[in-house]
Amino acid sequence: MPLSREEVIHIATLCRIGMTDEEMDRIADQLSHILEQFKALDQVDTDDVPPTAQSIDTHSVFKEDASRPSLSQEETLKNAPMREGEFLRIKAVLED
Amino acid sequence: MSDHHHLTVHEAHDLLKRKELSSIELTRDILERVSQTEERVKAYTSVTEEVALQQAEAADKRIAAGEAGPLTGIPMQLKDNMTTQGIKTTCSSRMLENFIPPYSATVTERLYGEGAVLLGKGNMDEFAMGSSTENSAFFPTHNPWGLDRVPGGSSGGPAAAVSAGECLFALGSDTGGSIRQPASFCSIVGLKPTYGLVSRYGLVAFASSLDQIGPMTKDVADAALVLQAIAGHDPLDSTSANRPAPDYGAALGRDIKGLKIGVPKEYFEGIDEDVGLVLQRAIDQLASLGAEIGEVSLPSTGSALAVYYIIAPSEASANLARYDGVKYGFSAPDVENVWEALLKTRQEGFGPEVKRRIMLGTYALSTGYYDAYYLKAQKVRTLIRREFEAAFEQYDALVTPTSPTLPFQLGEKLDDPVQMYMSDIDTIPVNIAGLPAISVPGGFLEGLPVGMQLIGPPFSEERLFSIAYAYEQSNGWHKLRPNLG
Repeated sequence: MPLSREEVIHIATLCRIGMTDEEMDRIADQLSHILEQFKALDQVDTDDVPPTAQSIDTHSVFKEDASRPSLSQEETLKNAPMREGEFLRIKAVLED
Repeated sequence: MSDHHHLTVHEAHDLLKRKELSSIELTRDILERVSQTEERVKAYTSVTEEVALQQAEAADKRIAAGEAGPLTGIPMQLKDNMTTQGIKTTCSSRMLENFIPPYSATVTERLYGEGAVLLGKGNMDEFAMGSSTENSAFFPTHNPWGLDRVPGGSSGGPAAAVSAGECLFALGSDTGGSIRQPASFCSIVGLKPTYGLVSRYGLVAFASSLDQIGPMTKDVADAALVLQAIAGHDPLDSTSANRPAPDYGAALGRDIKGLKIGVPKEYFEGIDEDVGLVLQRAIDQLASLGAEIGEVSLPSTGSALAVYYIIAPSEASANLARYDGVKYGFSAPDVENVWEALLKTRQEGFGPEVKRRIMLGTYALSTGYYDAYYLKAQKVRTLIRREFEAAFEQYDALVTPTSPTLPFQLGEKLDDPVQMYMSDIDTIPVNIAGLPAISVPGGFLEGLPVGMQLIGPPFSEERLFSIAYAYEQSNGWHKLRPNLG
């Protein structure tokens, strides 16, 4: 089933990607075509098959809770597009 | 002009050690080669001449002191998704066009530690999403074997640079074939190691359960040398395998007589007929070297593409959520509030393929679709793993084509994402199962390269090197170089 424009708007909002109307139409077509290919999986019997998230034997890795050198504040903030002193600066979150 | 750009790592090391060549001379020669060919090939996002000459000078001191390792003084390229402190790391994206990382990746540190010389960063599909390097936000890379052809992707810059003699070796990253498919298209050797063998610390994340860094080299011996330098446990990567790396060089020259090599029939369905013929010759060659060849079936192979294009974009949608224009990277100007800033930053900073994959992943993980797509894909992932495990009870390794087609024309598949995705059909299952696989030059058709892929069980890199080396030494494909003048 092809994706509707409303669904595309919903997805774009969830992942915060702005789009023009033209981009919206193109991506709706492309995503629908890609999703069509995923139908192949419906044929595969996966009853009683556990999911795999990671190909290695996953286990939690712990390290000693000890201090070690880290980047300085200046190094950390160096790539910030907008800053004010030792802070990152962003546009207003709340409207007036 | 010298022909030092044709040297392999081990050949250059011999000359450096015998003092017949200095690292400064070698580095200058390769930089000269870059300036002569780069306009046609376009394999670099940036060339770090000053850093290279400093490192070469330091390497020459090490060599003079008798402290040279196999990579000391050797000019290399790193794919532009591995961080290099103080040197731009762009992922070939507008989003990171001016990003200068404050730290280096573990692989960068290890290669610096060996005394390797950084010539620059390799062009790639944006955020490693693509199979042709045409998704670079800056420019496409051209295949040295046919300049109107793609070099493959996403590590197309590194593959083209090694092939064209614009560096002696490179590192690529491989999430669904991004080392092996370009290696195949450019007639070089490319190894995707077992998941966890090489640290991912400092590799800009695409799909964390699939990404792996590996060597891209002119021959198998070089691949073993480079893997030796970068493999091994790293406490900074919690998925790094805590086991000692073996001596990979010792695997070269081992007899492969009696090794059982399986041919999975599904990998030969729907491939170009000519590619199939070249592969058949390669398989016959393996048999004549004493390997026992048998047919095997991996029935879930046909599902791998769908599994990959659900899991990889899902992980990518989470990993790329960090690009918000606040901490680093591109930030859209002239916006009213933080929400508009987010929308515009991501609209203008990401290219079309990256947006497609983020949206695809977001959809697959969203309420109402999670079970049907993401969970289903993870279950089929289990089946794919199990089939490989069963095959490796019978066989020591598997042999397949690396790509179903020859290197295609620039622009040929750009407007059809699904056609482009098909290009990775033979490499994707390996990442899904976390296995090691190597692509080695397998011959030519109409002057264009065909790659042979060998797949092994987890941590069988030594065995893959033994087979690949025996095969390589029995033909001369790896010695052929593209004609770029």
